Amino acid sequence: MSEAVIDAHVHVKQPAESPVTPESWGKLGMWVFLAGDAMSFGGLLAGYGSIRASSPDWPNPLQTLGIQLTAFMTFLLIVSSFTMVKALSAAKHNDLAGFRKFMLLTILGGTVFLGLQAYEWTHLTHEGMTMSGNPWGAPLFGTTFYVLTGFHGCHVFSGVVYLSCVLWTGIGGRFTGDNASPVEIVGLYWHFVDLVWILVFTFVYLL
Amino acid sequence: MASEHAEHAEPNYFAIMVILTILTIIEIIIPQVISGKLTAGTLLVSLAVVKAVIVALYFMHLRYERTLLGVIAMTPMVICVFLIVMLLPDLTASTKTYTPPEQPVVSETVQH
Repeated sequence: MSEAVIDAHVHVKQPAESPVTPESWGKLGMWVFLAGDAMSFGGLLAGYGSIRASSPDWPNPLQTLGIQLTAFMTFLLIVSSFTMVKALSAAKHNDLAGFRKFMLLTILGGTVFLGLQAYEWTHLTHEGMTMSGNPWGAPLFGTTFYVLTGFHGCHVFSGVVYLSCVLWTGIGGRFTGDNASPVEIVGLYWHFVDLVWILVFTFVYLL
Repeated sequence: MASEHAEHAEPNYFAIMVILTILTIIEIIIPQVISGKLTAGTLLVSLAVVKAVIVALYFMHLRYERTLLGVIAMTPMVICVFLIVMLLPDLTASTKTYTPPEQPVVSETVQH
């Protein structure tokens, strides 16, 4: 193979510059995906709200669900969002060790979150709260709780897998300097998961 | 590619994390201090929206992006408000006419 052909393969140009996100098309793609995903969560939350508003015997979530553990889980996601932006910042500044460290911390935060959620679900199931009923009142209290937190938990799980893939691919320094776009895109997804949890935490646990 | 565009100054991420944590602590205190359902609810929802906006603006860098990307990000919010407005008439109708269902009289003797 001639050198010119290899050269052409190395410098593959994207067809044209994205008008909205000049850095990459992938970033625009992630934003459009997140807009759609936000509508999924919006639909679920609106459904939850209308079910709750028309159920007179809705249990008090503050007394039944327990707030301390969930508050810590919220804090955990906020901190993991912080480590995510630090990972992106390190990647942009060619700090490979920092990129590895902060990506690993972000993955750790997501994993601990999932573990705590599994613990919480087990605890609530033992108290008698299931998809179809609970000892405190409206049966749909359990249904909406498990669907909303479960859908969010699936997102956290996907996020942990996605983050691990980006760390695995970039562990040798592939995403440093001007090539940090994939780190930025996985970051967008991860911050979105954090953003949704802020809303779920307020509507399901606090209100 | 990135060098072609003006790089924005990095916000103080640690300060943003601290602000989000403080707002979360306030959120947890509110239901224990304020007894009024409506007041507490309004405060909690406002705080949640403020926190979500902070995450989008600074962690997701929406503040430094082009306006059109902000429009894309805002679209689901507008559609969700529309959805809630569409749901409201049904909701008030069902709560006004709601009567707790009568407990069916289960006669266990029938089966014997």
